[in-house]
Amino acid sequence: MSILVDADTTFIVQGITGREAVNLTRECLDYGAGAKIVGGVTPGRKGREVHGVPVFDTVAQAVEHHGTPIKGSVVTVPPAFTKDAVFEAIENGIELVVIVTERIPRADVAEMVELATLRGARIIGPNCLGIIVPDVIKMGGIGGPAKDAAKSYKPGAIGVISRSGGMTTEMSSTLSAAGLGISTAVSIGGDAIIGSTYAELMPLFEADDQTQGIVIYTEPGGRMEAELARWVTENDSRLPVVAFMAGRFMDEMPGMSFGHAGTIVEGKEDTATEKIARLAEAGITVAEEISQIPEIIKGKIEERQGAAA
Amino acid sequence: MRFFEYEAREVVKRAGIPVTDYGFTTDAGEAKAIAERIGGPVVIKSQVLTGGRMKAGGVKFADTPEQAERDAADVLALEINGHMPRGVLVDPKASVKQEYYAGVVWDGTRKQPVMLFSDMGGIDIEEVAEQHPDHVGRRHFSNILPLSEFQAKQCIAQTGVTGSRLNKLVPILTRLARLFVDYDMTLAEINPLAEMEDGSFVALDAHMDMENEARPRQKALLKDLGVGDEETRQAREATEFELAGEAVDAQDHRGVAGNVTEFDGNLGLVIGAGGGSLTLFDAVRNAGGQPANYCEIGGNPSVAKACGLAKLVLSKPGVDKIAVMMSIVSNTRVDIVARGVIKACLELGYDPAEKITIFRIPGAWEEEGFKILDKYGVKYADRSVSLHEASRLAVEALAGTTHTNDPASGQ
Repeated sequence: MSILVDADTTFIVQGITGREAVNLTRECLDYGAGAKIVGGVTPGRKGREVHGVPVFDTVAQAVEHHGTPIKGSVVTVPPAFTKDAVFEAIENGIELVVIVTERIPRADVAEMVELATLRGARIIGPNCLGIIVPDVIKMGGIGGPAKDAAKSYKPGAIGVISRSGGMTTEMSSTLSAAGLGISTAVSIGGDAIIGSTYAELMPLFEADDQTQGIVIYTEPGGRMEAELARWVTENDSRLPVVAFMAGRFMDEMPGMSFGHAGTIVEGKEDTATEKIARLAEAGITVAEEISQIPEIIKGKIEERQGAAA
Repeated sequence: MRFFEYEAREVVKRAGIPVTDYGFTTDAGEAKAIAERIGGPVVIKSQVLTGGRMKAGGVKFADTPEQAERDAADVLALEINGHMPRGVLVDPKASVKQEYYAGVVWDGTRKQPVMLFSDMGGIDIEEVAEQHPDHVGRRHFSNILPLSEFQAKQCIAQTGVTGSRLNKLVPILTRLARLFVDYDMTLAEINPLAEMEDGSFVALDAHMDMENEARPRQKALLKDLGVGDEETRQAREATEFELAGEAVDAQDHRGVAGNVTEFDGNLGLVIGAGGGSLTLFDAVRNAGGQPANYCEIGGNPSVAKACGLAKLVLSKPGVDKIAVMMSIVSNTRVDIVARGVIKACLELGYDPAEKITIFRIPGAWEEEGFKILDKYGVKYADRSVSLHEASRLAVEALAGTTHTNDPASGQ
């Protein structure tokens, strides 16, 4: 099994005629069994094709052409137009929106997330590379061209959640080389407000039989890790979690603080040191080096299996 | 992006929140004229983007216009935490009955803005929240439903404020929440929000922070405030080296070769991207290395960009060698970065095999890249060598060189 997407997931690409989007479409079509990209949307470009995928002016046209509801959309349009594109997707019944675009003001992201919540949809990103289920499907640029993605992502037991797109691949490659493999890897984006945080994806992995452990990549800033630590503790998660934290040097640099009002809302939980302490309290091991992650997660999985036996 | 107090007050005023009859000036003589117009005791406040101005002597009280002129001259010449003031604010000395706090910030977990109110203003809200939690009201509000006054009313009423005070405060907090949304602020606060002896309310100081990503759509406000596009409002001034990094990035739209920060070690870093560079910077330091810089390369840079960046790093005084490292890349071409950094060495008259400690960029077009590196004898690593191992190799390759920084001098 997998989370969020599987071999039958249909999706569209919004902004499909852009240079990056054309490459992304090719990569997704080539990967695994071939993604079911049922349409692309670029206003004013109706009637064109991108690698055989028909292009429409609106999401509604793409849905009408497909005949049944479409599950997902990869949104790769300029920041000024992203909010409208995401609203259009959600209002046309799209349930899973992967936002690739960077530099979107957080007020816009918050609006999109609130609409998604109202409509029962889910947003991944923004500023992310998407989702991959090894050898099955990839939705977004994650892992790059199909042949490169195949090198780094082997099927297996570990769920990967990462705030950095590039590091999703680096960590997955290490897990794949160690023979553990990946169930689903999700690049969630590193912005201050994102559609789906670690804690919000945990219930999905928890319900996925294939997944036996979770590896996360994290950085200073925000309180997503504290939220994860709380979730793991409160829900007595069956999944062992190992974290890698980059940017520890930033603790020594000025300008990282939220300021007073921010602190009373966000808490004093944004530095690397604070985060490591909070994760440790929840039983989440923070690896010193990425190469140590496979051994640590293996040990933790065996420990749990031993305890269960 | 942070605003100076005189700008933040202007934003508050535009939103319809009452402010004092203050004046802003960069000239001591004009400060005297403002004090004369106000016609009573005034406060002279240094306009700097740093905290602790009161302690540093950046706030003075003057009873006469002549005193105001002398105080303004002193404050205008006073450097605070390395910042020279932009000017001074000349403010009437208010007869305050009580100080309140009103603020709006983002709650990243709830993914909504939250308004905060306290009847204990004038001090750090953080401190009030810790010691008197019942004196801090909080109310989240929707990103897509209209903002209504009742939300501000609930927030204020939580602290026990009632009567005509409550009714006078509601529009102020509502307007503050609206301006937070309308102007893409990440922080908007009035502290203190003063209740005067006559029962009226006035914003005595304000702090505003605007989201950098939203600057393009807030041009009208920024223009009115006199903030130019070139004014980035970084916490510290960019160094020449950092500006040169921006220039390299600007020469070509392909890829990124920016985000350069200077340190004073001897190992130059051409590292990427995003999370990869954070990881590598930590790893080099853990291996005992002294980075000369933090310098990201990413996207899919052109040969010229990779070359320009490597040249910049190699030319920095004190840099003995460079390390070129990235996490596994998918849209950056390994061969292009390899060409760029080798070209940089050759053009500066260096042997690439000598100057590049390690090249660790696996991924797209790696076979082509490794062939080029082989040709010039540059030591490289594939994905089986971890980021941390590559960092150790880079630091070891530097250990044999003659130039060393005094470790006691630190970073």
